[in-house]
Amino acid sequence: MGNHTPLYPNHLAAGGKIVDFAGWEMPLHYGSQLEEHHQVRRAAGMFDVSHMTVIDLSGARTQAFLQYLLANDVAKLKDSGKAIYSCMLLESGGVIDDLIVYYFDPETYRMVVNAATRDKDLAWITRHAAAFGVTVQERDDLAMIAVQGPQARDKVGQVIAAGLRDPIAALKPFFAEGSGDWLVARTGYTGEDGYEVMVPAAEAGGFWESLRQAGVAPCGLGARDTLRLEAGMNLYGTDMDESVSPLESGLGWTVAWEPTNRDFIGRQALAQQKTAGGLRRLVGLLLEDRGVLRNHLKVRLADGSAGEITSGGFSPSLGRAIALARVPATIGSECEVEVRGKWLRARVVKAPFVRGGQSCIDGLMVT
Amino acid sequence: MSNVPAELKYAKSHEWVRDNGDGTVTVGISDHAQEQLGDLVFVELPEIGRAVKAGEECVVIESVKAAADVYSPLAGEVCEVNANLEGAPELINGDAYGDGWIFRLTGVAAGDLAGLMDADAYSAQLAAEE
Repeated sequence: MGNHTPLYPNHLAAGGKIVDFAGWEMPLHYGSQLEEHHQVRRAAGMFDVSHMTVIDLSGARTQAFLQYLLANDVAKLKDSGKAIYSCMLLESGGVIDDLIVYYFDPETYRMVVNAATRDKDLAWITRHAAAFGVTVQERDDLAMIAVQGPQARDKVGQVIAAGLRDPIAALKPFFAEGSGDWLVARTGYTGEDGYEVMVPAAEAGGFWESLRQAGVAPCGLGARDTLRLEAGMNLYGTDMDESVSPLESGLGWTVAWEPTNRDFIGRQALAQQKTAGGLRRLVGLLLEDRGVLRNHLKVRLADGSAGEITSGGFSPSLGRAIALARVPATIGSECEVEVRGKWLRARVVKAPFVRGGQSCIDGLMVT
Repeated sequence: MSNVPAELKYAKSHEWVRDNGDGTVTVGISDHAQEQLGDLVFVELPEIGRAVKAGEECVVIESVKAAADVYSPLAGEVCEVNANLEGAPELINGDAYGDGWIFRLTGVAAGDLAGLMDADAYSAQLAAEE
């Protein structure tokens, strides 16, 4: 039997189709992945993301530690509750994981890392934290619910504890506000407005049910993946992993090169890659012919060079096949993808495909 | 519990066949099959006039999560396809045995049709797969 989040009974009660995800028994959908997808784009949906790993870091040298551990620079975080997205790299520049780190004060931070990478992340962090005297505490006493969609913030405001109502209504994107063991962050993985809410495990089921009664639809991992692909957001293990650097994963913007004297794990390797040149790019693809794009399909460029789809699928919002692909930088505006033995035409586009309920691709409307 | 209409015949690979009584048969995928695939988003239909063997791949169905092949349960010639599926593959999710039919065959040998499973045998197969 796999691991269960505190919301597992709620998923069963709501008719969730349960699948194994990295050792966790999680809902794939509750009837229709497509309906759940549209619910998030048009109203509000919620996802159980309690399988993700929450890690609290504390100690006098926590800021220095994170400046060494992460490719992005936590020194940018000056206001309590502010968060940044970063990669955590190997010395080789390969990505161990992508994560969000929240700043509370220079001695107290919180990281949220992926579920499938929990063990290796904790081992890596703990190993490097020792030299800085930083305390690493996994917060498996917390559950996490992502509420996303144009109505998400309003719905959460209706059911959250009165003391948090005004503070979270005033939150700017990528800021969080807490009370006791509750932390509400204006972050997400769908390209819509919304919150990710960390809540004590014992209170998670009640909060989930109150959101449901307020009209927030439970959504499974299936919709989470089509939403994040439309939003052009990377998925760890698919669009990046330990074999590629953020520079070839569309995540160059998350690497803080300044100040130049900040030594972070992987910096030297990334600098060498930049100097050597010839880096591949992660681009968006829109299939012009009929069909569906899938992970690992071959991409052929006009100059004969080759690339590969890292995440492909059907976009429910656009009614078209879309993908992220890692390709040579020589790619132009068109390419071909091999789908079941046939070469189909695809347009090269800039991700995201959909944001805030609107198509970001010229000439396409959200259905 | 999946819907398995008594008047239809079934293949092990989850296609159903209806004898239209006019020398043609209609083929689709079972309610169980559509439920396993989930929301369908794309169907690639065979060409009219194509001769198919029993067990030959002749249709590609794509759901949001994966692609699946549909096999012709019988030897024959494709005489009609459900063109509505090109714009609305979800017809299969909504009505697998009706509006969600996929193609029709002509020239099917009567003995071949009799060799397919009846509803009881197919239901037993589904129960065994559970």
